[in-house]
Amino acid sequence: MLNWMQLHARAAFQALRGLARQPIGTVLSALVVGIALSLPAAGYLLLDNVATLARGVSGTPEISIFMRQDAGEGQLRAVERNLAADALVASFRHVSREEALRHLEQSGLGDVLGGLTDNPLPDAFIVVPRGDDPERYAQLHARFGDWDGVDHVQLDSAWVDRLHALLGLGKSAVILLAGLLGFALVVITFNTIRLQIMTQRQEIDVSRLLGATDRFIRRPFYWFGSLQGLLGGMVALGTVWLSVRALSGPVEGLAAAYGAVFQLAGPGVEESLVILGFAAFLGWFGSAISVRRHLSERLR
Amino acid sequence: MIVFDEVVKRYPGDYVALAGISFEIRHGELVVLSGHSGAGKSTLLKMIPVIERPSEGVVRINGQDVSRLRSGAIPYLRRNLGLVLQESRLLFDRSVFENVMLPLVITGHPPRDAARRADAALERVGLEGRGGEMPAGLSGGEQQRVAIARAIVNRPSILIADEPTAHLDAAYAGEIASLFKSFNEAGVTVLVSTHDEILFSRYQPRRLALAKGILVGDSAC
Repeated sequence: MLNWMQLHARAAFQALRGLARQPIGTVLSALVVGIALSLPAAGYLLLDNVATLARGVSGTPEISIFMRQDAGEGQLRAVERNLAADALVASFRHVSREEALRHLEQSGLGDVLGGLTDNPLPDAFIVVPRGDDPERYAQLHARFGDWDGVDHVQLDSAWVDRLHALLGLGKSAVILLAGLLGFALVVITFNTIRLQIMTQRQEIDVSRLLGATDRFIRRPFYWFGSLQGLLGGMVALGTVWLSVRALSGPVEGLAAAYGAVFQLAGPGVEESLVILGFAAFLGWFGSAISVRRHLSERLR
Repeated sequence: MIVFDEVVKRYPGDYVALAGISFEIRHGELVVLSGHSGAGKSTLLKMIPVIERPSEGVVRINGQDVSRLRSGAIPYLRRNLGLVLQESRLLFDRSVFENVMLPLVITGHPPRDAARRADAALERVGLEGRGGEMPAGLSGGEQQRVAIARAIVNRPSILIADEPTAHLDAAYAGEIASLFKSFNEAGVTVLVSTHDEILFSRYQPRRLALAKGILVGDSAC
């Protein structure tokens, strides 16, 4: 185990020395990889912030049950009993026709209703469902519509669902972008390792003659690819952080203009580790393919 | 210890480099393989560390048939052999000391022990205190001595050298020959190829003579 760790430490050191030996090339590769990775990372972060904003704006979704104009007291009581007994209902409130009219008048639309002799508004129930499962809302929506005396059921969170669908589409686009740019990172590493193998041809041949195993020869290249990916990941994180810092002021100002409080969030510890790990993995993957493609010939 | 049994090596185009070579080298022998360029010396030596495999016949090292050795086992065979080639094959971006340490790094020796052994190997070839220098700053003879130090640092029981003095003048070549003799006196089996008939003559080695891939002489027979 100690020997294995020593060999890995040596390979990592050798890879670091390789990176340090060509500082310009290392910095340029890290920048290319970093900028490529910062695009999907920033996209993910943007969607995450929009989702947080949407959650804050929508609050708890409500379902409004509007009764028919001719619904009798018995039907109203029956709906109340049904709602009280429904396990999927967290709470509900009855809004009588009179109360609804009062609300409408208070909202400044009293003049519109002035010419009417009868109250045109129906009795209604405002229902808060239990949990936040959209399927549950749909179940309740369908069930309430079947009850006697009910004219119309309205799910108030429909626009949130549409927003969530859009966010889902955005996430798919970010994943696609991450896949494409990740592929670019793999290609960059593949080529860098190919050049490394070419420049270290003599060292590889001499090591083979002295009894180096394939694993011993391959190991520094794996480390090189992983470290290059990791450096790119750091550049990507730095780019995202700088962008968040630059945008947070204007975004807060915009939110304040709408009377809201919103703070743009940068990547957390977990997200940062995922970005770094993903970048290192892609670097390793690119080097593994390159080593397999270009070194196997020499090791045969 | 080293056995060649009816070994044939054919290259594409039906060029026969070795045509049914058989001999046996016992432990502790000093053997000089002689012959003109193209006689098959390098091909024969390359079969011991399995750089080349025979087309026919068997090569045995310490009883093990290495001609059919699987690829994964070859590095472990080479770790028990010392190899010195015509060109020193040193890594010029590393110090003399790092070059000599390389076989020990490959075998995963603890760094302190490896450093001690590398120092001892450099002392053995007369390059004590020169470990910090870069190979480019050394003469051809000194570079070849570094290559020899690298070959012996793992304390191999067999030392194989392919024309180690080919690019050296007579004085340096004599120094290298005496080094090989001293290793042989320490119990190492030495097999060295040369086209210089008189280089090792003062040490009275066993001589194997090759001509056009055929063993034409063996002083032990």
